[in-house]
Amino acid sequence: MNKSASPRRLIRAATTALALVVMALAVVACGGSSGGGSQSSADTIVGAGASFPYPLYSKWGEEYAGTGGAKLNYQSIGSGGGISAVKAGTVDFGASDAPLEEQELNDSGLVQFPLCVGGVVPVVNVEGVADGQLKLTADLLARIYNGEIISWNDPAVAAVNAGVTLPDAKINVVHRSDSSGTTWIFTNYLAAAAPGVWKAGADKEVPWPTGVGGKGNEGVAASVQQLSGSIGYVEYAYAKQAAMTSVQMQNKDGAFVAASLEAFEAAAAEADWQTSLPSMYLVLVDQPGATTWPIAGASFILMAKEQQDAARGKASLDFFDWAYTNGAATATSLDYVAIPQTVYDLVQSDVWPDITSAGTALWK
Amino acid sequence: MSTVQNTEYLASPRGSRDAAEAASRGRLRLGDPIFRVVATACGLAVAAAMFGLTAVLIYNSWPAIAGLKTEVLTTVAWSPSSGQYGALAALAGTALSTVVAMVIAVPLALVIALLLVELVHPSIGRIIGMAVEMLAAIPSIIFGMVGLFVVVPFMQETIVPWLVESPLGSVPGIKPGPTFQGGGLSIFTAGIVLAFMVLPYITAVARDVLRMVPQVTKEAGYGMGSTTWEVLHKISLRYANSGIVGAVFIGLGRALGETMAVAFIVGSVYTDLPRSLLDPGTTIASLIANTFNEATDQIQIAALIELGLILFLISMVFQVIAQLWLRRVQRKTGGRA
Repeated sequence: MNKSASPRRLIRAATTALALVVMALAVVACGGSSGGGSQSSADTIVGAGASFPYPLYSKWGEEYAGTGGAKLNYQSIGSGGGISAVKAGTVDFGASDAPLEEQELNDSGLVQFPLCVGGVVPVVNVEGVADGQLKLTADLLARIYNGEIISWNDPAVAAVNAGVTLPDAKINVVHRSDSSGTTWIFTNYLAAAAPGVWKAGADKEVPWPTGVGGKGNEGVAASVQQLSGSIGYVEYAYAKQAAMTSVQMQNKDGAFVAASLEAFEAAAAEADWQTSLPSMYLVLVDQPGATTWPIAGASFILMAKEQQDAARGKASLDFFDWAYTNGAATATSLDYVAIPQTVYDLVQSDVWPDITSAGTALWK
Repeated sequence: MSTVQNTEYLASPRGSRDAAEAASRGRLRLGDPIFRVVATACGLAVAAAMFGLTAVLIYNSWPAIAGLKTEVLTTVAWSPSSGQYGALAALAGTALSTVVAMVIAVPLALVIALLLVELVHPSIGRIIGMAVEMLAAIPSIIFGMVGLFVVVPFMQETIVPWLVESPLGSVPGIKPGPTFQGGGLSIFTAGIVLAFMVLPYITAVARDVLRMVPQVTKEAGYGMGSTTWEVLHKISLRYANSGIVGAVFIGLGRALGETMAVAFIVGSVYTDLPRSLLDPGTTIASLIANTFNEATDQIQIAALIELGLILFLISMVFQVIAQLWLRRVQRKTGGRA
């Protein structure tokens, strides 16, 4: 045994070294293949980002491919992931529910434009209150979410709800636990329409003064539906499909409106996109107009100004052009609102010319 | 093996291998060396992944470790919009939900393990054992969904109101705190669901260590006139004592890191320390799951990765303790664990 020990040890050392080499080769091979993967043809365009518009974008992608256009591979990994991916150049476009500010766009060489509009709806579960019956103002909503109004029969709530019998029940506040574009829109609304009252800030997640967190729209909806006296906020499509009791909100013009696609469309149409140029940074909450729903939000597309591959950049713009021009019916059927033609005209005249490849603009 | 006097039969496999090598000398046999290279590569890959993971976690969390210092571990203000990253509430919630889970799961697991090993007919034991093991195969998202749609309303409507009304309701720690929201989404509910998630792991290991209790010892107990209960808790449990501790640590490690199910039902309040088990709270893993995919700030990403690193270290410590403990048990009981 002893005689054979030292050659055996040698063999063992040699195999270990060989194994290391094999591993290193495997790593190099993997690295090489993934690096080359993104430079495929323009048959498929790749996007990543917000989960809010995912149902719409994937449906649009299907329909567009059906017309002979490029296939769309949209990964709903969240706005944060989409922004990182488009900055790193691993996708053709990113999607975000919150627009980037001009400074950040310029720093990372990106442009952005809105592709669809949706709304966020406060939903309640209050005994004796039917869908669309309860009216709230921004001030009341902010004070409820501050934990300052704690009972449904508070005189301040009753004052705008003449004719509605409100129970003497504790208000249970429900918000999103996960960081989300829905929260971004909702808190931006509170910050814009109830300044001085809402102090927790406007972001994808904020330090909530009170309440309990539900994960995703489904988590908030489940909590609201389970606990009598609850108030929460969900995306419009979700509130509609889950048949939840939604609330009428007072808009900037002082009118109480119910959430509807027309009311979101009014917000998108009334918004002053002209002055948002060149960044198109615009928060669609608290817009003017008598029929405007005040808690609306646009979902944005992010693209690199300098496209590495002209064909892929052009294919992406072709898809967006198709969606702006032909996508409205599909959007409506899925409870989204398409971007008004006037806004698309602005996108074409002021944003897309900045997207170039090797010095030539891709959209003419 | 060194303690065994007659080693002839143990040595024979090695002897026959040498004989086979001798017989094949002169012939080129590639199977063995190739397999050895592949196997070594796989083994090294696992080790490399482990160290690589640790290195990546430390590297990516460095901006937070260096920039925020101890803020992450000592303050409760979690507010990315104002640049505050205090995750003490998450640490507290992790500890509390794990404690609740263990308090429920450990006694239950022991009773089931004793039942399987000592009390029921082996064929019935096999069926129950299979059911328990199948619990372990249920994906955690399912526990989250069932938790959200079944356990949470049940807690909210039945258990919590009863608990609050009962004398226990005025005990600090159970008495509803200022952030109380009905008690459905709470650390307590999360702990209960966690208990069912770790139950199969603790039960499986406890059953195996209880099986190691020598039949002779138990029979000696019965022979001296002990009742079944006396044999169970004075002989079986005592004999398997340290093995059961190992089982508990394995369950503990699982409960600490559970993410998806907890994220749905813990109530996710990041900015208040829980004053009561019935208050909503959060855990490290669910805080990461809830906020990581929308995190864009470098420092926020770093802070979340630092929390991941902390969770990783805590879990690792418990795993190491569990492994060391189980190894000790194996040595003590002659390697039959």
